[in-house]
Amino acid sequence: MLHFLRRRLTVAILVALTVLTLSFMLTRLSGDLAISIAGPNASQEDIELIRRAYGLDRPLWVQYFDWLWRALQGDFGDSYFFKTRVARLIMERMPITMTLGLCGLFIALCVALPLGILAAVKENTWVDRSVLMVALIGQAMPSFWLGLILMVVLGLNLGWLPISGTGSWEHYVMPSIVLSFSAIPSLMRLTRSGMIEALASDYIRTARAKGLSRLSILVKHGFRNAAIPVVAIAAVQLGFMLGGSIVIETVFALHGVGYLAWESISKNDFPVVQAVVLVLALIYIGLTLLSDLLNAVLDPRLRSA
Amino acid sequence: MSALLEIDDLRVTFGGTAAVRGISLTVEKGETHCLVGESGCGKSVTSLAVMGLLAKGGKREAARLSFAGEDIRDYDEKRMSRLRGDRMAMIFQEPMTSLNPAYTVGSQMTEVLRRHRGTPRAQAVDRAVELLTRVGITAPGLRLGQFPHQLSGGLRQRVMIAMALMCDPELLIADEPTTALDVTVQAQILRLLAELQKDLGLGILLITHDLGIVARVADRVSVMYAGKVVESAPTAELFRAPRHPYTRGLLSCVPVPGKVKRDEPLGSIPGVVPRIPPGFIGCAFRDRCGFAEAACAADIPRRNVGPAHEALCILPEGARA
Amino acid sequence: MSAVLQPAGAGNRRRIWRNAGAILGVGIVGFITFVAIFAPWLAPYDPFTIDLGRRVIPPMWMEGGSPLNLLGTDQLGRDYLSRLIYGARVSMIIGVATVITSGIIGTFLGVMGGFYGGRVDDAVMFAITARLSIPVVLVALAVAGLLGTSFTLVILVLGLLLWDRFAVVARSTTMQIRNLDYVAAARCAGCSPMIVLLKEVLPNIATHLAVVATLEMALAILLEAALSFLGLGVPPPLPSWGLMISEAKEYMFFSPWIIMIPGIALFVLVLGVNLLGDALRDMLGTDLSR
Repeated sequence: MLHFLRRRLTVAILVALTVLTLSFMLTRLSGDLAISIAGPNASQEDIELIRRAYGLDRPLWVQYFDWLWRALQGDFGDSYFFKTRVARLIMERMPITMTLGLCGLFIALCVALPLGILAAVKENTWVDRSVLMVALIGQAMPSFWLGLILMVVLGLNLGWLPISGTGSWEHYVMPSIVLSFSAIPSLMRLTRSGMIEALASDYIRTARAKGLSRLSILVKHGFRNAAIPVVAIAAVQLGFMLGGSIVIETVFALHGVGYLAWESISKNDFPVVQAVVLVLALIYIGLTLLSDLLNAVLDPRLRSA
Repeated sequence: MSALLEIDDLRVTFGGTAAVRGISLTVEKGETHCLVGESGCGKSVTSLAVMGLLAKGGKREAARLSFAGEDIRDYDEKRMSRLRGDRMAMIFQEPMTSLNPAYTVGSQMTEVLRRHRGTPRAQAVDRAVELLTRVGITAPGLRLGQFPHQLSGGLRQRVMIAMALMCDPELLIADEPTTALDVTVQAQILRLLAELQKDLGLGILLITHDLGIVARVADRVSVMYAGKVVESAPTAELFRAPRHPYTRGLLSCVPVPGKVKRDEPLGSIPGVVPRIPPGFIGCAFRDRCGFAEAACAADIPRRNVGPAHEALCILPEGARA
Repeated sequence: MSAVLQPAGAGNRRRIWRNAGAILGVGIVGFITFVAIFAPWLAPYDPFTIDLGRRVIPPMWMEGGSPLNLLGTDQLGRDYLSRLIYGARVSMIIGVATVITSGIIGTFLGVMGGFYGGRVDDAVMFAITARLSIPVVLVALAVAGLLGTSFTLVILVLGLLLWDRFAVVARSTTMQIRNLDYVAAARCAGCSPMIVLLKEVLPNIATHLAVVATLEMALAILLEAALSFLGLGVPPPLPSWGLMISEAKEYMFFSPWIIMIPGIALFVLVLGVNLLGDALRDMLGTDLSR
């Protein structure tokens, strides 16, 4: 297994470098950065000044390696707009996004796992159909729209929760619910199909023949095997949720990394945009690795392979 | 004294199809009763029905279904699950897939004892070691900590047998236990089962399609065809004087060294096993039988044709093939 | 003598259910396609005409509504029904165009990797892994923010980002088919690899790709709506449903219908596409796209 991990790690590093390069190229897409920073009313002199100040007059490959070198040390430069170090900005906002993501995942698992198991046990009954319908609805729902609806219903009409901002834990409730909606359908379907397959397997028949209790058969024998791919996917889903949080943070004005990204894009704050893309991509890569690791740990058949 | 397992007129249906159409047999303590038939004749379904392990949609009815004198026909899942693994145990055909890949051999074995007897872990482990040794597995301590995929097919089947014996059952139902194994391993497993029966006084219901196995281990044989037992007899008697044309056909298919002449075709039974529609009356074998007559389309009575020997056929004695 | 019996009960129920889903899916998608194509004839008004004197009028059945505007008017007095109808065009065109773009890219990569194996496949797998590590929404937003918003840009960006599932499915199906006898026979007969690809491989992976296409189309529609909602997708005054929701949000607390109408349209369309995909997958019998 060690060999397998080492190979995954090498690929992960290569991918990280690729994304680094891509995100560098991303901001250079719009052509002359100096003009964008200077704004529409700047004179030629101003533009030249800016070009020199930000080191944009150096050859492209020099800029690239300079940035790469610094990025590897965690130095993402200064934000054009916020006038502080980019790294610090991200560090400040990250806990909020992380909390949101983890809460979203937690809610998603609490809903998807029991429903998936229930649907599998009652396969092809109306219970199963209803659960599948819930999955369909969740998949079709635009997250920002759901967020707005919840705002109107729970925030305004019922007055239960605050509409926006980051104050207390209550501010996280609606955004987490909306975020979880994106993960629930796939997690639920995966749990359901995994359980159906597990319950139809020969070892479940053996467990029944041994006279084990229903609960033991369902959870200890059935779910233990069905859970393996679910856990692995959950790690990946967390990544998607962190990526998708940009929309939800913006709707609910939660000052996380996603909101930061949106602000920076609107203000052409390139260092921040570059850094956020990179950080998110690194988190994705890390979570995918974690998912592979979890798979290997949970499935004894892979461990000695 | 009642037999260990008594089945009388067992019927199993799945939706509209009748898989088992009224079979009767008994298994005595210390006896091996073989249920023989081709695939699809309903023998596996019979064993599952006895254990109460039918798949969803399966319905079971019987005039009599008793285990050690208890009528288990109306036992709900809870009561049946207390019997299963404890006093009646079952082993299956595919040792490869019948063990849970996520748990060690040891944990899968000890959980049976802990479930039924509440035995503390340490003692359950001791018992598991004892049984693994009994079934001929070396280094049992090592095996307990291994996962199923680390064992070979023969080893896995031995583990299944040991696991079935954890609570010292009275009845062991073995559904084609050697079909998925190599021939040499087959012989070992059969020998093991015979020894265990002698030592523990087990009653064994052995399901198989292999007449060679029947000849080797069975005390009594029931031959099944299309959901019914068409002949049953003590083993020697069945091989000596088979009465039902199907049984005769089966026996003629098996080449016996010394008896078969060279350059002569092996026996075979023309036709295929039919699907039985509901409301079917008469002998299911009549389309393939060389002796069929008009009377075969009516209900066939069970006839006594020898010492403890019954057949479901109207053929008189002495009819030649 | 033998008679094959139909299993009654459960099997039939399942079939009816599946058929209901498929019919609904086809119906929804068909209807919205129809609306999109015939928008100019179906819409009662021009979707861009501003009438500041008649702003935020509720739909006809609500208090204050008027039969002149069946679904009311938006914050600039434009007829909501007409904007909704033309919005169908936006969603459908972007959905289809994105799927075609990403489908071509993904299928090409996947088939190349699956067919040739070796280094080519390694490169394709690396590309897929790299692509999966990119946060799509963020990159799409960033590109739009940097290059300015436009209809074509949305299609291009989404098309260049959403090809991964096509590639994965194309690759695995190609690998399965590559080893089948009739492909080997074709190659032995001296056919060039390209011909083999076109004649043997592509027709067989077509249905699997169709399933992926529906999934990606649903995703593209939702993504475009999200981008437009954030102001970095389809530029105003084009009537994208996501953009309509965004423009309407300041009125939503007092007039919730104003965000409900385009939202429901989005929801129904995506639901329809997903149902269609499920129906295709059931027909196919296998499930490679998850």
